[in-house]
Amino acid sequence: MKKEMSISAIREGTAIDHIPSKDAFNVAKILNLKNVKGTISVATNLSSKGMKKKGIIKIGNKSLTQEEVNKIAILAPNATVNIIRDYTVKKKMKVALPNVIKKAIKCSNPNCITNKEDAETVFSVLNKTPLKVKCHYCERLMGREDITLL
Amino acid sequence: MEPNIVSINDFSKQDLFNILKIAKRMEKPHPNLLKGKTLATLFFEPSTRTRLSFIYAMESLGGKVLGFDDASTSSAEKGESLWDTAKIVEKYCDVMVIRHPTEGSARLAAEASSKPVINAGDGANQHPTQTLLDLYTIQKTKKTLNNLSVGLLGDLKYGRTVHSLVKALSHFNTTFYFIAPPALQMPQTYLDELKKKGIKFYTESNLQKVSKNLDVLYVTRIQKERFPDPVEYQKYKGYYKLDTNLLKHIKKNMKILHPLPRVDEMDRSLDNTSHAVYFEQAANGIPVRKALLALVLGKAK
Repeated sequence: MKKEMSISAIREGTAIDHIPSKDAFNVAKILNLKNVKGTISVATNLSSKGMKKKGIIKIGNKSLTQEEVNKIAILAPNATVNIIRDYTVKKKMKVALPNVIKKAIKCSNPNCITNKEDAETVFSVLNKTPLKVKCHYCERLMGREDITLL
Repeated sequence: MEPNIVSINDFSKQDLFNILKIAKRMEKPHPNLLKGKTLATLFFEPSTRTRLSFIYAMESLGGKVLGFDDASTSSAEKGESLWDTAKIVEKYCDVMVIRHPTEGSARLAAEASSKPVINAGDGANQHPTQTLLDLYTIQKTKKTLNNLSVGLLGDLKYGRTVHSLVKALSHFNTTFYFIAPPALQMPQTYLDELKKKGIKFYTESNLQKVSKNLDVLYVTRIQKERFPDPVEYQKYKGYYKLDTNLLKHIKKNMKILHPLPRVDEMDRSLDNTSHAVYFEQAANGIPVRKALLALVLGKAK
């Protein structure tokens, strides 16, 4: 059978692989790609050896910042981030949840000072799987299901 | 140790011991210890006892006090952020005490301020000076903090004093008895944490079933203001009414604490028994707050 690419290659940019299929659009959303000039492709329900169905996002002409990589880790802890230069993978990075997550998550406590004032959110990661984080300000504990991204 | 007193979770067992040791020294007068120092009290919500005891503590150490006790007279009313308020007030004082209805406010103020900040209650989150005076009272009346059986009764779901005290006592091999109607029991996250640390605890709704095991009974009010639903509050108001009948089923030297104010959960007939230490507990706020002021201002080690 002829091997076909279900998502077109990019010359320069970032490819995020091994995203849980259901979260591909969410990952795209939190990366705030509206102003990216390059080609962006989001693919979901791709077959994958390791994870049955997976999602891939390719972003032309953009390198992700550490903060953006952290955000991916919250939704897709097993994703890989590939930096593409001239159609080849120059660098392969495993996303890793940091011990402290800054400016990425909204506190689920409506009476937390970070929801009332202009204050950057800070969470310490108490447990990676299952995810458990604690707000640095109001000390609320949150699991994966409580997390909304900023 | 942190120069701020924001959360009981910031303190190690050694820190706690150290504070209690300084508090004991502060039972004696030190009229010039904080001479030339100014405390600012920022009370964005009312609290008579906590505020008065801080003022008294500061003045009895020779310091001065300024501040407000009503947010409507502060610039917060004009929409000023807490961050800005802290930035401005730091210029007028050497230490600030803050009470605020929003959780996390004290931590934010501490980050904004170059002067030490003491949290006198941030919404439903923390009230560390209360916890420290609770510990001090237990230590003083039981002569130890170690290996005690402590019952906590009342609103364990919303009660921040309970949550903080459980955290603090977890350092001392305490056996906990959580006594509350099922809907107001300790939140699961706290129970999970105790389990993880291997600390013994029991949950119960009937005080009589466990009262004979207790060395300390910490009674709390069912707090109307913490209930999201007033109908829910009506259901539990008056659930516990302790009176001298309790004395038939307790150890001879069991001590009863209460953070006060009480409503109807504890009858006055208990006040003159050797078990009631809640007024002494309130008075212990003075040496404990003196200790904290001296500590954060670098005048005690």
